[in-house]
Amino acid sequence: MSFRIHVRVMPRVGLLDPQGQAVEHALGALGFSGAGAVRVGRAIELTVSAASRDEAEARARQMCDRLLANPVTEDYSVEIED
Amino acid sequence: MQRVAVVRFPGSNRDLDAVLAAERVGSEAYYVWHRETDLQQADVVILPGGFSYGDYLRSGAIARFSPVMGAIQRHAADGGAVIGICNGFQILCEAGLLPGALVRNARLSFVAKPVDLRIERTSTVFTNAFSKGAKVRVPVAHGDGRFVADAATLDRIEAEDCVLVRYLPAGTGIEPNPNGSDRDIGGVCNPAGNVVGLMPHPENAVDALQDSQTGRGFFDSMAAWQPLVARG
Repeated sequence: MSFRIHVRVMPRVGLLDPQGQAVEHALGALGFSGAGAVRVGRAIELTVSAASRDEAEARARQMCDRLLANPVTEDYSVEIED
Repeated sequence: MQRVAVVRFPGSNRDLDAVLAAERVGSEAYYVWHRETDLQQADVVILPGGFSYGDYLRSGAIARFSPVMGAIQRHAADGGAVIGICNGFQILCEAGLLPGALVRNARLSFVAKPVDLRIERTSTVFTNAFSKGAKVRVPVAHGDGRFVADAATLDRIEAEDCVLVRYLPAGTGIEPNPNGSDRDIGGVCNPAGNVVGLMPHPENAVDALQDSQTGRGFFDSMAAWQPLVARG
């Protein structure tokens, strides 16, 4: 079976996120008052062939651990399309 | 004479600078393409600056899986010298050969200018010609140069004397920390001192035509270093 995987990689909470800060400042400059705590991460979509949904998720997590996310600076989440 | 392998990845751009700096101190320097797995009996491996694989995903994240990296891991484990400069430092961190990570500069902009460094550890392949606390001026050129690690890792790096160089605090006539690195760290090493990562570019501070020549000390150190083991 083929599963469509959505990976979300975010800078670890507590780590300075200058991109998020810059976007937050730009939103304020555009008049979007009240927008705060902006953080910028990365979304990765891929298709994984696996025998089961659990296996697809396990493989996607291995991909995150080895390549898609940096364990020093980033956290990730994995979602599978129904 | 030291045999110095300068590894070229697609997107390396300071590879020639590294070769010329190594030749300047009498080393026999040559290129090794990243798809090769034979380091040709290198004493020292230099991972040069540049933008390997276009910095796609994260700086150094793809390059660390190049075929040559297995040979470099073994070379380092056998006590051979490995030096990553700028993008090479990013690759060594991604590969887990050095602790921490290098992320986007705190003020986002790419910085290309001289900075002032203090030599923190001298018992390494790359810094043995300096005295501890020596000040050197060397250029940086990076967008992802902010060294970060969690507090426990930073404490361990300091406790094991693995801070190689620090950016100097701002002051009169001083070019300070350009990127917001934790604890002003500009370079680190492994506990044994044979694997070294440095964000600034000493290979671009060796000639009378350049802003500074104090980068030469890093290469004099390399030339003075005695390999601990036979060439593998």
